[in-house]
Amino acid sequence: MKTVLTAVCLATVCGQLIAADWLQFRGPGGTGISPEANLPVQLDAKSVTWKINLPGRGLSSPVIVGDKIFVTACSSTEQDRLHVLCFSAKDGAKLWERQFWATGRTMAHPKTSVAANTPCSDGKRLFCLFSSNDLLCLDLDGNVLWLRGLTRDYPNASNSLGMAASPIVVGDTLVVPVENDSESFSAGIDVATGANRWKRDRPKLACWATPVAVPDAKSGQPLVVLQSGPGLSVVDARTGQEAWYFTDGASTMSSSVFAGGVLYVPSKGMAAMKPGAAGVHPETVWHNNQLSPATASPVVLGDKLFTLNSAGILSAADLKDGKRLWQLRTTGPHSATPVGFGKHLYLVNEKGLVQVVDTSAPEGAVVSTLDLKDTFIGTPSIGAGALFIRSDKALVKLGGS
Amino acid sequence: MPVVTGSGFANLLPMKPLSLILLGTTLALSAHADFKSDIAAIHQVGAEGKGNPPAAAAWKNLAKADAKSLVPLLTAMDDANDLAANYLRSAVDAIADRELAAGRKLPQSDLEKFLAEKQHNPRARRLAYELIARVSPATGEKLLPTFANDPSVELRRDAVQQLIDAADKALAAQDKVGATKGFSNALTYARDEAQIKKVAGELRNLGETVDLPKHFGFLTHWKLLGAFDNTKLVGFDTAYAPEKAVDLTATYDGKLDKARWVDTATPHDYGMVDFNRAFGDLKGVTGYAFTEFNAAAAGPAELRLGCKNGWKVWFNGALLFGRDEYHRGARIDQYRLPVTLKAGKNTILVKACQNEEVKDWTKEWEFQLRVCDASGTAILAKDRPATPKGPATAKADSKKGSK
Repeated sequence: MKTVLTAVCLATVCGQLIAADWLQFRGPGGTGISPEANLPVQLDAKSVTWKINLPGRGLSSPVIVGDKIFVTACSSTEQDRLHVLCFSAKDGAKLWERQFWATGRTMAHPKTSVAANTPCSDGKRLFCLFSSNDLLCLDLDGNVLWLRGLTRDYPNASNSLGMAASPIVVGDTLVVPVENDSESFSAGIDVATGANRWKRDRPKLACWATPVAVPDAKSGQPLVVLQSGPGLSVVDARTGQEAWYFTDGASTMSSSVFAGGVLYVPSKGMAAMKPGAAGVHPETVWHNNQLSPATASPVVLGDKLFTLNSAGILSAADLKDGKRLWQLRTTGPHSATPVGFGKHLYLVNEKGLVQVVDTSAPEGAVVSTLDLKDTFIGTPSIGAGALFIRSDKALVKLGGS
Repeated sequence: MPVVTGSGFANLLPMKPLSLILLGTTLALSAHADFKSDIAAIHQVGAEGKGNPPAAAAWKNLAKADAKSLVPLLTAMDDANDLAANYLRSAVDAIADRELAAGRKLPQSDLEKFLAEKQHNPRARRLAYELIARVSPATGEKLLPTFANDPSVELRRDAVQQLIDAADKALAAQDKVGATKGFSNALTYARDEAQIKKVAGELRNLGETVDLPKHFGFLTHWKLLGAFDNTKLVGFDTAYAPEKAVDLTATYDGKLDKARWVDTATPHDYGMVDFNRAFGDLKGVTGYAFTEFNAAAAGPAELRLGCKNGWKVWFNGALLFGRDEYHRGARIDQYRLPVTLKAGKNTILVKACQNEEVKDWTKEWEFQLRVCDASGTAILAKDRPATPKGPATAKADSKKGSK
């Protein structure tokens, strides 16, 4: 975690032309913010560098490692064919594809699909989780390293609406949230072998929020924030042992974000807290009940926190005290979490309208839009100097060369 | 074969073919042994990550092989669990992609032979078909109509779609007789729910009678018992009397009133059994449903359940599975429970728990259950009663495709 944060800070401070990997849901450190600079702001039809068809549905975000883009998808009427695809970031050429059959249940709400969870990478391996709780590990060339069927292992671990929380890598442990109404758990899995390091029972409650890595306030050791309706359980990434907790409730949809040493939690609005340590409670920084996000997760950019509500209102709040600074009406509905760079945020609504927001404008301002005329539920990714967005049908590159 | 005499380099030359043959034989045997041990490593993957490291090493070896290994890899899926099958199929993908990218051919005739052998893993056969269609689309097109009654649900679905498309064309051409014949034929073979719904709707529009519950194999006649307590979800783990012994004449103290078994027969196209209809719209309650299934023959079968309440199912007195998820959705074949039918009478007991939520979408207290084989083909009881009369629920939507 420290390494990632340092890399982000260094990139922001020192470089304007840094190409950064986007290794998980919401990219570096799960912040949604890229250190890259030369990304398109004034969007028009020419901003679409390439668009390629995908073999199946999905709302998982692309993962970007160097010049490779990794995407998951599902196909067949039962959505029981799982696809892992690798494309060239430059020209969209397919470099390889592997298919697998789902070993778990594939039922999902029509708005989502089995390829809902965003994969993650440690830079050498790709970890793909699907709503069927199939967990696949491949190297970046498509060689299979290990396979798990988590519903196969734990038969009541599933959600008839569909699972969507994404795994994250912390050190050499893959943290996998499998939180649902029945056999609910999160697990820490050895990245090398696929074996469990730990498995923790979690509240019996469907949850779609993705874990976040934070440092232990005393030791600096990596901890993982496991979020659910009752609140947070923050555990040691390698052992799964609980270090500290928060019991004032949390969203089961939008995920927390950690930035600048503060954890921002969707909890009865937004709660900002300095993370605790083993046996030490977190320190509340502020709470604002007017900043409730809907499906999209909060984002920290510069000195502001941003949330999107169900009416498409983008709220900007002061990071220091949580005071709402301005509200901007955008065109919704939004399922995707905003991502950004510099002073700009990209918002992609469900109908495919990409909106670029200048967050430095006094009341925020949409400075350009581009209608991609397709349904986009998944969160975009930034890397290789471009924005990558996927629909059920296609992967689109905006900007870059 | 030259006689080896004397010594020196010159005399070794005539030996070369023999040594090469021996070497080649040795290498072939060795490769065969390696292939077998790699397959064995993959076959041993199991629960909670067991066997992954040796399976991954085996995968690397197998994925380097040439196209001749494709059929042996497909064949190895016959004895593979679902994780092992995924290792094997991804190795097939890797080999086929590499060979085709290099301009080499796939063993099409061997793949066709494998595809024709229906005892193989249905998914492996589908994969073989896709490889054939990839290298020879014309062969794929030619073979497709032969799969209408195939054990592979995907091959069957695509073949049935051709029948539906032809019937649609007949209908568009005002050929009602041809369309009726075409849709009837499609229904005979259809196992995919969307296709069945489409075809049943078209046939009903054409004035035909379609017994969908029978086509699916839904059980329509049940005894229902209710209602026991499920306040704060206590009912799911509480073993009420029917879980100890089913006595259809007994009366019990229920949550609100005396609980007695009552008869119900559902006319619903998808076999939905509704507790609310029998006992009123109750919340925080537990009900039971019991029926007997008189099997014509012993053998493997699946009970396929759809239910948005907490549920448990017992078959011949043994608990099959239970799930305490409430109101996240239900659909046909939501849960597949493998069983072995006895010839003659088999008993099925379903427990359905309703929670205390009061929102509109939490009102349903119901389930659907059918008996079928692995391909979804109905297995009908010897003494299956006539499907109760009632309003049809499957209607054709001509604007919506069934693909």
